Amino acid sequence: MDKIKTLVRKEWAEVFKNKMVFFTVAFLPLMMVVLPLGILIGMGGAGESIPSDVGEMPAQFSAFCREDLETGECFQVFMVSQFMIMFMIVPLAIPATIAAYSIVGEKTTRTLESILATPITTMELLLGKSLAALIPAVAATYIAFGIYAIGVWVIVRDMRLFTAMVDARWLLAVFLVGPLMALMAVNFSLMVSSRVNDPRVAEQLSMIVILPVVGFFLGQIAGLFVINSNLVLITAAVLVVIDAILVYAAVQLFQRETILTRWK
Amino acid sequence: MIQTENLTKKFKTVLAVDNLDLHVKQGEVFGFLGPNGAGKTTTVRMLACLIGPTSGQARVNGFRVGEQDIEIRRTVGILTETPGMYDNLSAEYNLRVFASLYEVKDIPGQVEKYLRMLGLWERRFDEVGTFSKGMKQKLAIARALMHEPRILFLDEPTAGLDPEASRLVRDFIAELRKEGRTIFLCTHNLDEADRLCDRIGVFKSHLLVVDTPARLRAQVFGRKVVFHLRQADQALADRVTALPFVSETKLVDNKLLATLDDPELHNPDILRLLIGAGADVQFVGELRHSLEDVYLRLVKEA
Ligand SMILES: Nc1ncnc2c1ncn2[C@@H]1O[C@H](COP(=O)(O)OP(=O)(O)OP(=O)(O)O)[C@@H](O)[C@H]1O
Ligand SMILES: [Mg+2]
Repeated sequence: MDKIKTLVRKEWAEVFKNKMVFFTVAFLPLMMVVLPLGILIGMGGAGESIPSDVGEMPAQFSAFCREDLETGECFQVFMVSQFMIMFMIVPLAIPATIAAYSIVGEKTTRTLESILATPITTMELLLGKSLAALIPAVAATYIAFGIYAIGVWVIVRDMRLFTAMVDARWLLAVFLVGPLMALMAVNFSLMVSSRVNDPRVAEQLSMIVILPVVGFFLGQIAGLFVINSNLVLITAAVLVVIDAILVYAAVQLFQRETILTRWK
Repeated sequence: MIQTENLTKKFKTVLAVDNLDLHVKQGEVFGFLGPNGAGKTTTVRMLACLIGPTSGQARVNGFRVGEQDIEIRRTVGILTETPGMYDNLSAEYNLRVFASLYEVKDIPGQVEKYLRMLGLWERRFDEVGTFSKGMKQKLAIARALMHEPRILFLDEPTAGLDPEASRLVRDFIAELRKEGRTIFLCTHNLDEADRLCDRIGVFKSHLLVVDTPARLRAQVFGRKVVFHLRQADQALADRVTALPFVSETKLVDNKLLATLDDPELHNPDILRLLIGAGADVQFVGELRHSLEDVYLRLVKEA
């Protein structure tokens, strides 16, 4: 347990000195919060310019319309919801950045051999590395969402609109799907990280995990589906399965000797 | 302490270590010499449980390699061939991390002890990236000692260091030996091996010879005694050669070189003969071949 704590602290001390990592952890969530709030402020009076008949709206809008909302408000909710999908990049990008650096970083500093020479178990090593990436990711996601929720309230000051924008769907997405996504990103990056030798390559490869979120974003714009609580729950269930497979694979793939002796 | 039996490591096509039988005794400094690519680093990695043997067995500190790896890692320290530190963390923090991973109880105490011993205490809060190569090397040695290991593997500890830093590291190794630690030293510096090692193994995939430096010399070159005379001639040399315990003599200027098995026993006899023959003996000394000569001969013959 002490060893895991040591590793996590070391990882943070080291990794946050890296500008790229610091930027991702600090500014990405902030940006993802500022954007929807900015749009919300900008659209403050948009209500009138939108056709008033709900029937004229594309299906992807109308799906966001609760009966107690006016058309302009529906549009606002839709826009904010698009940004919330982008917000889900946060729990993916942060752990991917940190974890991708993780093992490859030890290779480039040539510390990996010394680490593997200590009586640390493979499990402790993987756990330490995973937690070092998971904790900041989940924390940043939760804090950023908290700021978003407060911001929405300050801007709309209306319980109807607030509950439409901070609804069960997004609470589930952030608090349930968020950590599951982070875990997926961590394991994927650890796998990548132990197989390549260049931190930049690891970084870029790990960013592949962001693609599904982009898929969701485009899918909803194109009207292929509407993100509702059910879809969020299904996503969570799928992630649980994916995570289980990835954790298993990461542990299997982490062969001390192979990582140490493979030079390309 | 370290005992191997048919220890073998094969990398795809390369047979790096071939049926190595080795016995390193408790408390000795064992020099492991061999040309580049001989398999020294590979052997050390196997003994420190970093890579697994392809076949054969090894026991380190009484624990079996491949079965009790964690126990072995707890009781051995290793200075790897290319040691690395976290360059953007301080020297002290680096050691604290490894002390914790080595399950050290008194972490601040151990860190301070070795930072002071190696003269790095004043620089303890500096980032390691700002250290010179020699300072990094010393820090890496300190790291290997955090948990007071009974066996220490040193893979080329003085490679790339200036004479002063090398001397410091060598003196430090000598200190560690006095504390009764077993030291397994890989080096290309034969002078260093000669000075530090109780026994030396010359290795090239398998062990060519193992013995004390003195006996290796005797074995390869025999022992030679030089008699510096004021005036020497061939007739005198022939009389010495005729002695039953002298296997060979050579005359170089006024120096008479005699090869014999046991100079301690027979030098007085030779001296008596020389003086009886009226020769003026100015100096008597043993001709020491450098370990380098010995090594090169052994490796060439292999
Ligand atoms: N990871 C690896 N993959 C493939 N072959 C390897 C690997 N590591 C070592 N070898 C091979 O094993 C042999 C022994 O290498 P090793 O590094 O043990 O030699 P060494 O005695 O330490 O040499 P040096 O004095 O140059 O440090 C070499 O032929 C080397 O190419
Ligand atoms: Mg080597």
